Amino acid sequence: MADLRCTIAGVKSPNPFWLASAPPTDKEYNVVRAFKAGWGGVVWKTLGEDPPIVNTCSRYGAMSLNGQRMVGFNNIELITDRPLDVNLQEIKRVKRDWPDRAMVVSLMVPCEESNWAAILKRVDETAADGIELNFGCPHGMSERGMGAAVGQVPEYIETVTRWCKQYTRMPVFVKLTPNVTDILKPARAAKQGGADAVSLINTINSIMAVNLDSMAPEPEVDGKGSHGGYCGPAVKPIALHMVAEIARNATTAGIPISAIGGILTWRDAAEFIALDAGSVQVCTAAMHFGFKIVEDMIDGLGHWMDAKGYRRLDDFRGRAARNVSDWQFLNMNFKTIAAIDQNACIKCGLCYIACEDTSHQAISNARTDGQRRYEVIDDECVGCNLCMHVCPVDHCITMKRVDQGLPSIGWVDDPRNPHRRAAAPR
Amino acid sequence: MKDTDSEAPDIKPGRLDRGTYAHVFDDINPPLSAREALIEAARCHFCFDAPCVEACPTSIDIPSFIGKIRTGNLKGSAIDILSANIFGGTCARVCPVEELCEEACVRTTGENKPVKIGLLQRHAVDALMKDGAHPFTRAPDSGKKIAVVGTGPAGLACAHRLAMLGHNVDVYEARAKPGGLNEHGIAAYKVPDDFAQKEVAWLLGIGGIKIYDNKALGRDVTLDDLRKRYNAVFLGTGLQTTQKLGLGDETLEGVEDAVGYIERLRQAKDLSKLPVGRRVVVIGGGNTAIDIAIQSKRLGAEDVTLVYRRGPSQMGATDHEQHLAQTEGVRIKHWVAPVKLIGWRGKVKEIELAYTRLDDAGKLVLTEARTTLLADMVFKAIGQQLVKDPFDDNAREPLAIKNGKLVVNDERETSLPGVYAGGDCTATGSDLTVRAVEDGKLAAIAIDKRLRR
Repeated sequence: MADLRCTIAGVKSPNPFWLASAPPTDKEYNVVRAFKAGWGGVVWKTLGEDPPIVNTCSRYGAMSLNGQRMVGFNNIELITDRPLDVNLQEIKRVKRDWPDRAMVVSLMVPCEESNWAAILKRVDETAADGIELNFGCPHGMSERGMGAAVGQVPEYIETVTRWCKQYTRMPVFVKLTPNVTDILKPARAAKQGGADAVSLINTINSIMAVNLDSMAPEPEVDGKGSHGGYCGPAVKPIALHMVAEIARNATTAGIPISAIGGILTWRDAAEFIALDAGSVQVCTAAMHFGFKIVEDMIDGLGHWMDAKGYRRLDDFRGRAARNVSDWQFLNMNFKTIAAIDQNACIKCGLCYIACEDTSHQAISNARTDGQRRYEVIDDECVGCNLCMHVCPVDHCITMKRVDQGLPSIGWVDDPRNPHRRAAAPR
Repeated sequence: MKDTDSEAPDIKPGRLDRGTYAHVFDDINPPLSAREALIEAARCHFCFDAPCVEACPTSIDIPSFIGKIRTGNLKGSAIDILSANIFGGTCARVCPVEELCEEACVRTTGENKPVKIGLLQRHAVDALMKDGAHPFTRAPDSGKKIAVVGTGPAGLACAHRLAMLGHNVDVYEARAKPGGLNEHGIAAYKVPDDFAQKEVAWLLGIGGIKIYDNKALGRDVTLDDLRKRYNAVFLGTGLQTTQKLGLGDETLEGVEDAVGYIERLRQAKDLSKLPVGRRVVVIGGGNTAIDIAIQSKRLGAEDVTLVYRRGPSQMGATDHEQHLAQTEGVRIKHWVAPVKLIGWRGKVKEIELAYTRLDDAGKLVLTEARTTLLADMVFKAIGQQLVKDPFDDNAREPLAIKNGKLVVNDERETSLPGVYAGGDCTATGSDLTVRAVEDGKLAAIAIDKRLRR
């Protein structure tokens, strides 16, 4: 089987599957169970200064979709609520007992150099492999000037990162919040501060639902609620985008990325690695199904790599990042037309009604001898993919490429673009 | 042979342990839990021009009602169903969905696993009926009176729709209790817990409908009289007699009509007092044959054999029903026809069967080969017939009858103007409950149109 060993910012692990800083990594008991199950590393739940924070009761909200639980998930839990000493002793013990696993410690203290210097000294003594600066938590701690309150101000990120590099021997991962307009700005700040890697995304500001009986947001704490951090499978597309932006932008490309956001399966992980992630971090999926899911992540990724002929992660890392582009460079002469496989069609009519009501009226709806038949009207089809997506039968509707005999040309150079780049004289 | 011989006729009640009777006809297809319903509803693709709707004789908007289950709008879901089919509760339980909506379901086409439309329909309708309140209101009083004969699905579907449209309806029922086949004919395990009576009571919640029990057409009321006293008449009488086997001595003790026995079973206050044979032979290939076979087996019959003169694919009972019977321990013997009942001291003891085959012309013929089965009870389930007499009271204008059924047009009007009919006494299609409901509904709409001209 393919070699899944992973090194990111000097931190080594037997596989790229780490548990993210969150409830599953809050204490020795859980982390040891995770390592026994096969996880390659953990980011220990965020440590803070004593006295420990106090959490509310009622901490998680979830979104179900058509009976599928926890498609989206959020929390209003804060950082660890256990004394610093206890955590540090456990971290030291676990690292000693599981030397081959990645042990990264998440940290969050007030934005003062002395505070960071003090806690780093203590963490150094645990022999942990790295630290992750929690500049992402969007709820609770941000009201106290920490978490996302730091992550949303690039100057703070750069300053704190620089302090940390100064006071610790350990590689520094900077965890980024997605609650910004442009993820490149905090990523650049981290890089300028000397970060060894970035981790993203942290959770997204969210209200999971409104309870229509109590007229309160969920999760509800005694009739009221505050926004929490959104995660789970539903956020993966947002995370993919942000990871890709960092991977492809000249000012940030090359910084190691520990990718986080909705990773449920080995396939999700492979997608992030293809966008240049060095390791991946998982939380919601483990909170939903327990640690055992890593078994499929490991051998699913391995079998897929074998099938593709990839011997190690680096063989495909970043392969998709180079194909993430700007809209203006997409080939305007690329043409596809939907094709319906009549033998696979189950006559649900969803392609027809979607195209008829909301797109280009490019599917016909005929009855022949009482039999329904849906067919693409080639001349009307703009190749939008909608029918393919609504079709409940895999591969029944496919988009067939039509060769126009025209060169690949982006909008930036397209003759139909009044603002096209002027053709340079040859 | 003595009475104590093992081959002597043996019909007796109480074949089961006393405690078993309470559950002997428990729901054969238990309802979905709320969670199961949600998951099942999510399987519906919400098709455009959905094939299931077309397959439903009452054209229930199935994707719509399932979509509403998914959003938690159970009331809206049930009203969608009941607007098209006021007997949505019974139909959800008794419809042969495997050859109607669920056969047409695109998931049957795609993966041979349809959405459980019947169970979802039951989920929505049961929730609404449990709530108790009747969901429909009546149009302003039209001042018109309509007579309906029969309180089965055809008659009451017609009555309900007429009442909704603002008319006043008197319903005449020959039996002591309303419900027709829902109450007296459907297998007990399909509509347990007195469902038929509860449904009738709920349906009457619309108002404007009065039922007269023990009033049979031709005995207590005449068609001529109804035509004079009412603005329109709807006949939903069903069929009254069963066909004869034509084997001579069908009066032997133990030879019974399946429908008569099922009626006694459905009305039995104490099933442990209902006698059943040790060895039961059922003659017929329809759903009634399956129903009586399964019910006698569940009542403790040791051997139940269903004999049918043709093969499995020609049986009126669906594949699903045939498999159900076999799962329940009923033996189905194909390609045999009864030729002789053998009695002993006035009781049936054996039945002689001839093997059958199709001749070169495709006609069913008896062969010389014979076999016999021990039979303490022989149930005839070979179809019912219309008794013409009640309709013949007015010789001046006889009601047109063809092939033993009342003739009706697309609007369910008979040959007599203003007299409509539907359900099993007519020949508008299958003999299903759902078809009877549609007949009643269509007739009511036609009557309304006629009276508002």
